[in-house]
Amino acid sequence: MADRILSLEDVKVRFRTLDGVVEAVKGVSLHVEAGETLAIVGESGSGKSQLMMAVMGLLAGNGEAEGVADYRGTNLIGLSKTKLNTIRGRKITMIFQEPMTSLDPLFTVGSQIVEPIIRHQKVGAAVAKDRAIEMLRLVRIPDPERRMASYPHELSGGERQRVMIAMALANDPDLLIADEPTTALDVTIQAEILELMAGLQRRLGMGMVFITHDLNIIKRIAGRVCVMRRGEIVEEGEMADIFARPRHPYTKALLEAEPTGRKAPPPANAPKILDGTDMRVTFKIGGGFLAGPPILLKAVDRVSLTLRRGQTIGIVGESGSGKSTLARALLRLIPSEGAITFDGRNIAGLGRNAMRPLRRQLQIVLQDPFGSLSPRMTAGHIVTEGLLVHEPSITSRQRDARAAQALEEVQLDAALRNRYPHEFSGGQRQRIAIARAIILKPKVVVLDEPTSALDRQVQKQIVELLRGLQAHNDLSYLFISHDLAVVRAMADHILVMKDGRLVEQGSPDEVMDHPREDYTRRLMAAAFAA
Amino acid sequence: MLRYVIRRLLTAIPTLFLIVTISFFLMHVAPGGPFNMEKGIPPEIKANIERVFHLDEPVWMQYLRYLNNLIHGDLGPSYILLNFSVAELFRVGLWVSAQIGAAALALSLVVGSALGVIAALRQNRVLDYVVVATATAGSTIPTFVIAPIIQLLFGLTWHMLPIGGWNDGAFLNKVGPVITLSLPQLATVARLMRGSMIESLHSDHINTARSLGLSDYAVVVRHAMRGALLPIISYAGPAAAGLITGSIIVETIFQIPGVGRYFIDAALNRDYTLVMGTVVMIAVFTIVFNLVVDLLYAVADPRVRYD
Repeated sequence: MADRILSLEDVKVRFRTLDGVVEAVKGVSLHVEAGETLAIVGESGSGKSQLMMAVMGLLAGNGEAEGVADYRGTNLIGLSKTKLNTIRGRKITMIFQEPMTSLDPLFTVGSQIVEPIIRHQKVGAAVAKDRAIEMLRLVRIPDPERRMASYPHELSGGERQRVMIAMALANDPDLLIADEPTTALDVTIQAEILELMAGLQRRLGMGMVFITHDLNIIKRIAGRVCVMRRGEIVEEGEMADIFARPRHPYTKALLEAEPTGRKAPPPANAPKILDGTDMRVTFKIGGGFLAGPPILLKAVDRVSLTLRRGQTIGIVGESGSGKSTLARALLRLIPSEGAITFDGRNIAGLGRNAMRPLRRQLQIVLQDPFGSLSPRMTAGHIVTEGLLVHEPSITSRQRDARAAQALEEVQLDAALRNRYPHEFSGGQRQRIAIARAIILKPKVVVLDEPTSALDRQVQKQIVELLRGLQAHNDLSYLFISHDLAVVRAMADHILVMKDGRLVEQGSPDEVMDHPREDYTRRLMAAAFAA
Repeated sequence: MLRYVIRRLLTAIPTLFLIVTISFFLMHVAPGGPFNMEKGIPPEIKANIERVFHLDEPVWMQYLRYLNNLIHGDLGPSYILLNFSVAELFRVGLWVSAQIGAAALALSLVVGSALGVIAALRQNRVLDYVVVATATAGSTIPTFVIAPIIQLLFGLTWHMLPIGGWNDGAFLNKVGPVITLSLPQLATVARLMRGSMIESLHSDHINTARSLGLSDYAVVVRHAMRGALLPIISYAGPAAAGLITGSIIVETIFQIPGVGRYFIDAALNRDYTLVMGTVVMIAVFTIVFNLVVDLLYAVADPRVRYD
């Protein structure tokens, strides 16, 4: 028992909700020693974030904590706000998942870093400003003097997360709590931030609690790991031990949750189903009366691709690379230039009404299973809505039967079809979205990050479901993802996009194991480095 | 920014033109004219008067004449309040209405926002319910009920305030009208601010501020309230235009010589020029205040930029 900075004893967190009291954390004990990194791993809803929110006194209004969170002799749980405010922000700080919303949009980056420095160190504005610039330099923000005057919206996601880190470290804390700090970032940025945090932690010698659902990340930074499930710690140990000899079945399941397997390419003579040649999508920004000419943004710049029956083309690239835009243009959901051939027919010039009968064959499944299902329709109605357009003659009883059948195809209990989306988990909702697409017997399905919002274990199940449906129905997929492990398990051909252009393409083995372009190499290194 | 202001002012011209045109013809569709009600006027004299004011010309000629005068800044003479031009009536009346309106606006913004913030901080507790209930009552009780109650209690019973009249703008004479005018606005601002503040308090960056150990004052006032004020700014623009151009009910009940009465009086008496003048005045105020709001927005929110 070296220098223990934080020890939790039997911490419980409860939320009073309309459905009664929900126990989010059911008696957790753990400790953090000075200078060590402790990872808390678990899926969404495991209580890992709420546990640390309770320590920081940041629980929502309907939440309450009990137990002991001992920071160097002071129990933080139940501590008065005034006393708590001398510890949080000074001795214990926290960074959050969403860099886009974690900074106050109305204040400059500089003033937001300066504020806690002045408060806790009781120094003048000039000293605090120097310290803030020093911190920005420490987190490797280029040109820190000038960046002090920037507003958060003028920074990229990665830069904002660096600013958050600068704010958290400005007062030399003993303990930094990082709650999924890289989850919302692109893989290359994610790797940079992780490296930065690990480096700073070694240099400054603080303790760190790293909350994550992603086991890849833990390999890179953690010393000790606690695995949480349903509000309890199920396993605790050194990182290497946990990976080599997991004891609890849940840990084993988590470790095996990486999607595996490969997809064989379709036969070379498989018919072409969807073909885009020289696709271009240009967005106009601004312009108008007396406002000068608009800025033209080339979201997709001369990209061609051919999708054959039974094939899965994976499109990878960072956010803003134009991968979703390309897929939407191919489905004629947004205007584009270039030729599009579907099933031997040029569809580039077809109007709305001419497109409508083709729509059932060109389906799309979106990333966010929460936003893409209407909250006011039952699962059954959502799944069969397309039939109202494409098979208007069938009766409502037949539609209901089709809904049951479609739900069974995506391995959901057909009896659930009268429930509403909020009664389903994220993975179940994504199954509903998939059922909605395949009930129309499409030929092409665009899968736009269908697994990105899901936990690893659920991801694996969805990947397996999609592969099964493909084999069974001879589907062709356009699979968009920034998650390369999932792409590798799904696609037999990969396109790498950057800034609207096609950088590289080839089989997964070519692109992932022997990338030719610098950009691809960096992407792969960031995603697969262990 | 200057470019933006110029662009907005230029786009206001067609808007104003459209409002003037529609109102002008709508008004002439209504039967009767300014000199029809007077039974006593012999037809020859009436014809004479109408010739003086060009009311004998076809409507489209009158319209072009009005437009021409308007471009030259001439709102014309009032037909009913003879000896006064519309511009003169506004010069006197608008100052009176604007004083009361501006005071009412300030009162509702300051007190309304404060009540909204208090309610948000005490969400779903007694104080919150009290504010919400009062605010709801405030926006449902009509002004013509509130005004007489104020007169009755503060004027007749307690003799604290005069019952009515302007008295050259003496302070006590303004209290009743200002309170009456501001109560419904105050209630709306309070409800708006409460919702906006609750949302702001739940945003991620408030968690960040709390995690940094900032004081409650810094978290609530500096970070949460500033963001919460943005919707209030949008609301304040049209509200200001409405308040400053006067209220017929308040001005009638409290006997205040403002411009609020003109709109209805003039419309009932077919005082064409005065109706048009009022329309132009309200339109100009609305356009200007909306522009001011958009500019204020750019000052308050760095994400909004015009160029």
